[in-house]
Amino acid sequence: MKTFEFIRPADSAAAVATAAQAKTAQQGADVRFLAGGTTLIGLMKLNVETPARVIDINRLPLDTIKAMPDGGLKIGATVRNSDLANHPVVKREYAVLSQALLSGASAQLRNMATTAGNLLQRTRCAYFRDTAMPCNKREPGSGCSAITGSNRTLAVLGTSEHCIATNPSDMCVALAALEATIHVQGPKGSRAIPIGEFHLLPGATPHRETVLEPGALITHLTLPPPVAGSKQVYLKLGERASYEVCPGLGGRGDLDSWRERRPGTGRARWRRHQTLAIPRGRRRAGRAARQSSEFPTGGGGGAARRKAAERERVQDRAREAVPRARPPNGGYCIGGSLPIQRSTTMPAKRILMLVGDLDTRVEL
Amino acid sequence: MAQQPSADPPEMSGRDGAVPVALRINGKNHRLRIDPRTTLLDCLRETIALTGTKKGCDHGQCGACTVHVNGRRVNSCLRLALMHDGDEITTIEGLGTRGALHPMQAAFVEHDGYQCGYCTSGQIMSAVALLKEPCGPDDAAVKELMSGNICRCGAYPNIVAAIQQVRKASSHK
Repeated sequence: MKTFEFIRPADSAAAVATAAQAKTAQQGADVRFLAGGTTLIGLMKLNVETPARVIDINRLPLDTIKAMPDGGLKIGATVRNSDLANHPVVKREYAVLSQALLSGASAQLRNMATTAGNLLQRTRCAYFRDTAMPCNKREPGSGCSAITGSNRTLAVLGTSEHCIATNPSDMCVALAALEATIHVQGPKGSRAIPIGEFHLLPGATPHRETVLEPGALITHLTLPPPVAGSKQVYLKLGERASYEVCPGLGGRGDLDSWRERRPGTGRARWRRHQTLAIPRGRRRAGRAARQSSEFPTGGGGGAARRKAAERERVQDRAREAVPRARPPNGGYCIGGSLPIQRSTTMPAKRILMLVGDLDTRVEL
Repeated sequence: MAQQPSADPPEMSGRDGAVPVALRINGKNHRLRIDPRTTLLDCLRETIALTGTKKGCDHGQCGACTVHVNGRRVNSCLRLALMHDGDEITTIEGLGTRGALHPMQAAFVEHDGYQCGYCTSGQIMSAVALLKEPCGPDDAAVKELMSGNICRCGAYPNIVAAIQQVRKASSHK
């Protein structure tokens, strides 16, 4: 690990002022905020991140969860994942968020990992973490080892010819469904960023993952008031029953049909998300999934074929999961992931399910 | 909060780059000067010579390095020691003694919850923390919450049995 100066700021303003001196807030930033450390310290050990200054924000007063006057919820940046997942209001009103958090990592990591840190979690692509290999995300212009390499856990949607890495966060999937807003304090003041505009697709600049500029400190998130009567389930498809850390694929589509068919539970805001709507039943699910999918990567022919086959596999698994979930009374499953217009690539092997108007909880 | 507020970083750094930190481990205070890169794990093992906490993967995946910080389990390999100025840290050495094992340690012995023993201190620290966490009554819930602790010998069934015995005993109290 490269050595660094360890800074414990007196307040958020001091943290912002120090971080504002950085050249970038993206890959390779020379100043980094340290919260849970579960991503950053690992990457520093690998020399993927080599900040000269590390600002410990753990003692700033950013660790509370509060109800808001409008009925929504305010979640502090350093609220631990375990505290958020087990918060009574989150469990009751934002169940999809609680379930998503508990489906990721381990109990130890959830005790460390924070809300803001999870938003900035880095990809698990093995090439990003291996400084001996080319990686456009780590070293712009060096090439992508994954497109023609070992890519079975990587993205098939939302990719570019420069990068097929995925965002590994389960929490972000739930936040997208819930339409969270991210609140950032910066050198020029505060701003609120809808989650759908926070992450960037890789395009030609995969080293830029978010819209954050130097000095930008995430202070908290807000969730809109819960949807009355909605029942939410987060379904994650993975190769392991627990502690799945390498999600890969996803689907997309739009949710007009969801809103029309389940007017009591769908909201207009769902339409902005491009997610994979899987109506109940295998055949219709299959058709919807196929129609809504695309494969934009410009990777090599062999790799493209492999990824297309992988996409088919994931869609098959999603279709299998629908009857397994057995939503009675005409419930619908929505395969989801990050929303999607401007997000970092699709998480996958996970499907967000929101099931409306059900008398019974869906067992997965 | 920190018992001793840290000074400005330039003043903290000595010529060798080491900085002061006050750690409270197993009820005992340690005033140290350490390289800022030192993880809590390395600090425990190399600086304070508490080698009961093990280094496995060093990337938060195996759980061998599990310790408690203010009563909650964390992977000490992914914590900088400097982050824990003033925190209450508990390691396997602080859990019980040879003559008076913690009930979880005794249960691991009784159920043969280990083979080579390398993961055991992490397993036990994790299991003790689990007792205070929301966890369903069945084995599946225990397995899920213990999924951050890997055992290459495959002692899992006995580990789960040990944990369940302690949970049942403590629920009868």
